[in-house]
Amino acid sequence: MEKPQEPLLSVASLTKSFPGALALDGVDFTLRAGEVHALLGENGAGKSTLIKCLTGAYRRDSGDIRLSGNLVDPRDTFEAQALGIGTVYQEVNLLPNLTVAQNLYLGRQPTRFGMVGTRRMNAGAQALLSRYGLDIDVTRELSSYSVAVQQIIAIARAVDLSGKILILDEPTASLDAQEVRMVFDIVRALRERGLGIIFITHFLNQVFEISDRITVLRNGRLVGTRDAADIERIDLVTMMLGHELSQETVAHKAARKSEGEVAYCFRDFGRAGTIEPFNLEIRRGEAVGVAGLLGSGRTETAEVIFGVRPHDSGNAEKDGSQLELNGPRKAIAAGLGFCPEDRKTDGIVGDLSVRENIVLALQARRGWSRPLPRQEQIEIADRFIDALDIRTTDREKPLRLLSGGNQQKAILARWLATNPEFLILDEPTRGIDVGAHAEIIRLIERLCEDGVSLLVISSELEELVAYSHRVIVVRDRQHVSELTGEEINTDNIVRAIAADSQPEQAR
Amino acid sequence: MKSRYLPLAATILIFVLAYALCYAQFPSMLSTRVIGNLLTDNAFLGIVAVGMTFVILSGGIDLSVGSVIAFTSVFIAVVLANTGLHPLIVFAVALLITTAFGAAMGAAIHYLEMPPFIVTLAGMFLARGMAFVLSIDSIPVMHPFYDTLQSFYWRMPGGGRLTLIGGLLLLVFAIGILIAHRTRFGANVYALGGDAATARLMGVSVGRTTVGIYALSGLLAGLSGIVFSLYTTAGYSLSAVGVELDAIAAVVIGGTLLTGGSGFVAGTFVGILIMGLIQTYIIFDGTLSSWWTKIVVGVLLFVFIFLQKGILWLSARKTAALHHAHGS
Repeated sequence: MEKPQEPLLSVASLTKSFPGALALDGVDFTLRAGEVHALLGENGAGKSTLIKCLTGAYRRDSGDIRLSGNLVDPRDTFEAQALGIGTVYQEVNLLPNLTVAQNLYLGRQPTRFGMVGTRRMNAGAQALLSRYGLDIDVTRELSSYSVAVQQIIAIARAVDLSGKILILDEPTASLDAQEVRMVFDIVRALRERGLGIIFITHFLNQVFEISDRITVLRNGRLVGTRDAADIERIDLVTMMLGHELSQETVAHKAARKSEGEVAYCFRDFGRAGTIEPFNLEIRRGEAVGVAGLLGSGRTETAEVIFGVRPHDSGNAEKDGSQLELNGPRKAIAAGLGFCPEDRKTDGIVGDLSVRENIVLALQARRGWSRPLPRQEQIEIADRFIDALDIRTTDREKPLRLLSGGNQQKAILARWLATNPEFLILDEPTRGIDVGAHAEIIRLIERLCEDGVSLLVISSELEELVAYSHRVIVVRDRQHVSELTGEEINTDNIVRAIAADSQPEQAR
Repeated sequence: MKSRYLPLAATILIFVLAYALCYAQFPSMLSTRVIGNLLTDNAFLGIVAVGMTFVILSGGIDLSVGSVIAFTSVFIAVVLANTGLHPLIVFAVALLITTAFGAAMGAAIHYLEMPPFIVTLAGMFLARGMAFVLSIDSIPVMHPFYDTLQSFYWRMPGGGRLTLIGGLLLLVFAIGILIAHRTRFGANVYALGGDAATARLMGVSVGRTTVGIYALSGLLAGLSGIVFSLYTTAGYSLSAVGVELDAIAAVVIGGTLLTGGSGFVAGTFVGILIMGLIQTYIIFDGTLSSWWTKIVVGVLLFVFIFLQKGILWLSARKTAALHHAHGS
C-alpha cells in the first residue's frame, strides 16, 4: 500500500487526554503530498482534537508528529503556519469590514519606510486570487462577496501562509451545491499542486466525491484508513458507527399514506417578495417534506406559516375553523411549533441550562405571570432528556456545552413540551453526526405515530424520502410540485428541483 | 460607490450644504479669516478627536480625554509657575505622562479583560482628580516662549491667519490619516474593530494593538492639552469638561461606526468643521444662544445614527440578494 516516497505528514501513536476523558488514544495518521484525505468520525470521535494537536491549539501528551520526516512540535497556530500547516474553518475566519486584499495580507503587508504599499498589496492579492480562478475587485470589503467566495479567499490566505498542508474543517457546511463545486474545483487544483489536504465533513457524498483516502476515528481511536475507491458507503458508515445502521439508507416505506383527517389547511397563503401564495393541507400524523435549494423559499414557507414573517395573503384553517396566524405567539397558541434552521442564532439559549431551554416555549405560552413550578420544570426536563436520549451529565448544564445533536434534541424537546399539534422542523439534522441523524429520523416517525402533523424542511433528500408521506418541492419562491406515494424518491425530487423554471405539470 | 464611503460622502455633503446656506446669509463667512479662526478655535478638539477616531475604529471608547486635557493644562501651568524649566521640556514630560496613562488604560482593558467604558471612566475621574491635586485655582501661564509661539502664524491669501495650533491640527490629521490607512498598525485597528477574536486568529497582536491605540489617544489628549494651554494661556482643573463627548460626536458625525471597524480619520475632520461651522454661524447671527450648537449637534447625531443603520440594512439586503442569486 505505502508508496516509497516519504509521507508529507506522519503522526504516530498520538495521545491526548483531558480531565476525565481520553480524547485521542494512540492514533496513527499519514498524509501524502498531493492527496485529499478525509477525516471522518462521529461527534466526539477525536477529529477536532487531532486537528488541534496538528495546528498547535492543543499540546499532545505523547506521540510523534513528523513533517517530511522531521519531528515537529507546533506550540501555537502561528508556529504551525510557519511549518506549513494552514487551516480553514467552517465559519469564515476573516474580517468582513476589511478589503479582500487587506484580509489576504493582514500582518504581512508589503511596506516601504513603514508605509503599506497599498497598490503593491492589491496587485499581489489580484494575482494570488487569479490563480484560484477568482477575478474580483480586491479593494472591496470582504462582506460584499458570497460565503463561497469568502471561503475561497480564506483558502487562498491559508495556502499562501503555509503552503504544505491544508486542513479544511467542514468548509462546505454553509454552502449550496453550486458553491460546493466551486470550492471542490479549487481543492482539486491544490491537490495537483502537491499539497496535502485534510478534509473534514459530515456529508458522505462529498467525501466520496473528492477524497483519495479516508481515515475514520471512533471514540478517540483509529478505526482504519482506506482508499476511497475501495470502500462502499455502507462499510464506511459501519466503520464510523461501529454497528450496522439500518436507517442510513432506509427505502421509502412503500405507498404509505396518512389516514388522519386534515388538521391544518392553508389557502393562497403567502407573502409578497418572500413566498408566492401556496395551498397546503396537512393531516394528523402526516409528515410533509419540503425540498429545494438554499434560498428557494423553503425556510420562508415555514417562517410565513409560523408568522416570523407575517403572511399578507390567503388564510389558514384548523379543523375547518378560521385561524388567525400573524405572529409566533398566535401560532404557538394555535398549536404550532417551529425549530429553526440555525439553532445557534435562532434556537438555543446557550448559557441557559438544558432544563431552562426545554421549558422555555411552554413557559412562554403560559405567560410570565404564571411561572412553572420548579418541580414541574424538573419533571418535564427529565422526561424529555430520558425520552429523546439527550446526552448530558446534568440537566442544569449550560446547553452550549452539549454536542450539536443533543442541542437539536433539546430544542425539539422544547417544542414537544408544549404538546404541539403541528411541528415545523427546518433542517433538523444539519451539522449533527450520522448517529444522531438516525435518532432524529426515528423521532420524526414516532411523532407521526402519535398523531402530530409535521412539516420537515431538509436538504438531505434520502432523509426526506425516508420519513415523508408527501414531499413539496420549492423553487424560485414557489411551491412547484408535490410528490406522493411511489413518486417519492431522490431522483424525482432532484428532477423537480432542477427542472426548468417554465411552468410544468409535474402532478 | 462602495458603501463604506457613503457616510463620509454624506458628511461632506452636509458640510458643503451647511456652508452654502451660511454663505447665502452671510457672504463674509466664506473667507480665509473665518476658516483660519475655525481651525484655531477647534484645534484642541480636533486633535483629541483624531485619537478618539482610532479608539472608536477599534470598537472601544475613551472617556478620559477631557480630563487628561485639563490635567495637562494644569500640569504645564503649575510646573511653569514653580520651576524654571523651559516649556518645551515641560511639554515633553506632559506628553510622556499622558501617553503612559493611555497605555496603562489600554493594558488594563486588554489584560484584565475590562470594558473600555469602565476603564476609561476610571481614567476620567483619576485624571480630573490629579488635576485638582495639582491646583484648584485657574493658573495663568506667563512665559515669553508662549508669546513667541502665539506670534507664529502664516498669513493666508485673503488675510486669514493660520496659527501654529491651527497648523498643528492639520498636521495631526494628516499623520492620523497616514497611520490609519497606510500602516500595519492602522490595518490592525480596523481588524480589531471588525472582530477581535478573528483578528487574533489572523495573527494580529491584539494586546500590543490595544495598548498602542489607547497610548495614541493619551498622547493626542496630551498634545491637545498643550494646545489648550497655548489657546487659553492658563491651566484650570475644571476646564475641558465634556470634551470627550464632543470628540465622540465629531467622530460619529464624521461617519465612523460606533461599533468599530468602519470609518475614516478624514471624516472626523469634516465632523469637526461642521461643529465649528455651527458655532461660527451662531456668532455671526448674534441673537442665537450658543445652546443651539448642542441642539444642532444632537440632531446631526441622530441623522447619522439613522444613516448608519440604513447603510447596514442596505448592505445586508445586498448580501441576501447575492445569496439568492446563487441559490436559485
